[in-house]
Amino acid sequence: MTLKIHQDHSRFKQIVRGKIKANLRKYVQKGEMIGKRGKDAISIPIPFIDIPRFKYGHKEQGGVGQGEGEVGQQLGPGAVEPGDGHQAGQGEGDHALEVDITLDELAQILGEELALPNIERRQNEKLVTQKIRYTGINTTGPESLRHFKRTFKQALRRQIAAGTYDPGRPVIIPTREDRRYRSYKLQDLPETNAVIIYMMDVSGSMGDEQKEIVRIESFWLDTWLRHQYKGLESRYIIHDAVAREVDRDTFFHTRESGGTMISSAYKLCRDIILADYPKSAWNIYPFHFSDGDNWSADDTRQCIEMLRADVLPNVNQFAYGQVESPYGSGQFIKDLREAVGDSSNVALSEIADKDAIYASIKDFLGRGR
Amino acid sequence: MPKSLTPRLAALRDEIHGYAKEFGLDFFDTVFEMVSYDEMNMVAAYGGFPTRYPHWRWGMEYEQLAKGYEYGLSKIYELVINNDPCYAYLMESNPEVDQKLVMAHVYGHCDFFKNNFSFRHTNRRMIDEMANHATRVRRWVDKIGVEKVEDFIDRTLSLENLIDQHSPHIRRNPDPRRAEDELKANERVEGFKVGREYMRGYINPAEFLDSQRKKVEDEKQRAKKFPERPQRDVLLFLLEEAPLEPWEADILAILREEAYYFAPQGQTKIMNEGWASYWHSTIMTRRALKDDELIDYADHHSGTMGTRPGAINPYKLGIELWRDIEERWNKGRFGKEWDECDDLRARRNWDKKLGAGREKIFEVRKHYNDITFIDTFLTAEFAMEQKLFVYGFNEKRNSWEILDREFRKVKNKLLQGLTNFGQPIIEVVDGNHENRGELLLAHKHDGQDLKGDYARETLKNLQSLWRRPVCLVTRYDNKGLMLRFDGTSHTEKKVEL
Repeated sequence: MTLKIHQDHSRFKQIVRGKIKANLRKYVQKGEMIGKRGKDAISIPIPFIDIPRFKYGHKEQGGVGQGEGEVGQQLGPGAVEPGDGHQAGQGEGDHALEVDITLDELAQILGEELALPNIERRQNEKLVTQKIRYTGINTTGPESLRHFKRTFKQALRRQIAAGTYDPGRPVIIPTREDRRYRSYKLQDLPETNAVIIYMMDVSGSMGDEQKEIVRIESFWLDTWLRHQYKGLESRYIIHDAVAREVDRDTFFHTRESGGTMISSAYKLCRDIILADYPKSAWNIYPFHFSDGDNWSADDTRQCIEMLRADVLPNVNQFAYGQVESPYGSGQFIKDLREAVGDSSNVALSEIADKDAIYASIKDFLGRGR
Repeated sequence: MPKSLTPRLAALRDEIHGYAKEFGLDFFDTVFEMVSYDEMNMVAAYGGFPTRYPHWRWGMEYEQLAKGYEYGLSKIYELVINNDPCYAYLMESNPEVDQKLVMAHVYGHCDFFKNNFSFRHTNRRMIDEMANHATRVRRWVDKIGVEKVEDFIDRTLSLENLIDQHSPHIRRNPDPRRAEDELKANERVEGFKVGREYMRGYINPAEFLDSQRKKVEDEKQRAKKFPERPQRDVLLFLLEEAPLEPWEADILAILREEAYYFAPQGQTKIMNEGWASYWHSTIMTRRALKDDELIDYADHHSGTMGTRPGAINPYKLGIELWRDIEERWNKGRFGKEWDECDDLRARRNWDKKLGAGREKIFEVRKHYNDITFIDTFLTAEFAMEQKLFVYGFNEKRNSWEILDREFRKVKNKLLQGLTNFGQPIIEVVDGNHENRGELLLAHKHDGQDLKGDYARETLKNLQSLWRRPVCLVTRYDNKGLMLRFDGTSHTEKKVEL
């Protein structure tokens, strides 16, 4: 772009980046951005980038609108420009501009702030994925892709030809044959392939706070790995005394009671790797989160055996995050440290609370594996 | 960079130009330029101008426009600058019918710029002036450094709306009473006339004269209070009284001048957009439109006229009002007889075949701004036909809802939103508050409280220019409140109003 505005535009981006960097620790701890996540971008509230003025509080103000509706009827969401009317007497101002930032850019900022090394890829084979491009018009398609104007024109043309169009009462009724739809082509895009296998202990001792920490932390791990590998798969395993594979939503919202057998999860993880992700073609990242309480020393022994025999030889890095809980003994991380702590592709991290997420991300990603 | 029109588009322009003249529009020469879509976004980000002083917010503006276009949320069809000649931009990729519509729309704006009284004092060589401003600011950037200049612009922009909308039309005279007071005061100090010199001590005792002198001095001090009366042009006051560096004063003057240039556009948004829409619709449907363009025209036109329940679309409200005025003056639906007629059937069939509508709207476009336009021509019938309502926020339900459809309330709310272009009125009351060089501002409260966090941030910025503590008297929840920022911390205290 050779436009004059280029300078102002990059200055703006630089300022936004600066603000995000300055607030990154807060964003990481609060996890407030996770809810607003779109497909490739999220919006982040940037403090004080809009220019403050003397102006009316919007909620004070109200206004005049136009349209149908009885007195007392609610206006639908989005009908009124957003904006909060904070009163003078209330605490600190929190007005902010919502800035869209791509996850990729966010990952870059994270990388710069935490001084994360780029990951050395084990596998460089390309996997091909496909992307949709809308290119033309078709006579069939899903209703969501219906092209209203083309459909209308087609109907008008037909009605005029059939002599059923009355200029005095210009009503156009499209039939099935009139409908037109946007059509698309699939484009091939080469991608490097990687998979994250998330495992989480959902037994009774893992509370909401612990799960919230896992949720936030996995968002950042995802963001970074997605930045490193275009084309990332995620699998989710929850376990208490038994393990099962679930979808993302279930993963973060399941609560079980009962005991904990970590080996059940590692066994499932191992099976998934062996079945679906040949080492030769995939970069593999298992992440396991628990409060460190395992059923028995015997089960822990099984875990370590499985790690040594089947998991560690196949993966880029195995990571274990121990989230502190009032119920957990926290023994598991000690056992792991003793058994596999000096392996180059094992990352262990203790996460005391939300404030510790920031440092923990570095524990996991700091080695560039 | 901008290109001139293709022969085909030039021919279309001549055609539309002919129709515009035929209908009696009167405009400056209008230059159309072709731009690509990112050039269009750039020019739009710059407020319509090809060049502006360097600042990040144009970049922010650009980013938002480009995204809005990418996501299909918004598309800029038309941009025109109030300048002589007028400059307008056409987007390369648009279909022909859109280009015709835009040209017709643009001629409407140009006619409005040239003829409406609000624009009489605007600089018609603003393109050159904006380029000058850019050069001046760039020179300061070279000399002072980008960070400092940008920071100063940020803070000044925060005060950008503190101008006096009406000042271009007002000339103030010096106050004759003050001179008279001063004469009288001198007499008092000299004391009463004394016939015999030995009586002097009795008639004009020394203590009395001293106290009189002191009184006069005090009065003089008080008279020196500045500004003499509340001043709405806060930017001018700062320019004249704040301890600014030369470069700061220069930039402040630039921003103030630009704010005044844009002010009339804010004051005539409904009229101006309505007028341009009225003319594109008239020119297209009566003259320029070809049969096979009808649907694309209708699609575009209805897109522009679309309304959301919680907002007024100035294009829609404007065009409907212009049409209503034209119809009323065509049919003679005005004046005493009309006002007093309460026979519904008679009113419905009222048509005196005056045919004065066209003439009337041309006259109205000269002498009104949005406030007087709405105040004079928005009738109860119109409000009902257009389904206007007042909405407000319901705290209990945590949602916006329709509050009222009563005509008076709708009109008042609409006018309230337009007063001082929807911005609170803030005046400088005292530049030497408490005799400590503090700056005292007052908010003329009209029933709506200020947004508190913004007010505090703005005070901060004001203080950084004034360099002494600044105070603002306003009202919250019907109680007087003085906000004060002294350079390090905010305080507030209750005040009697």
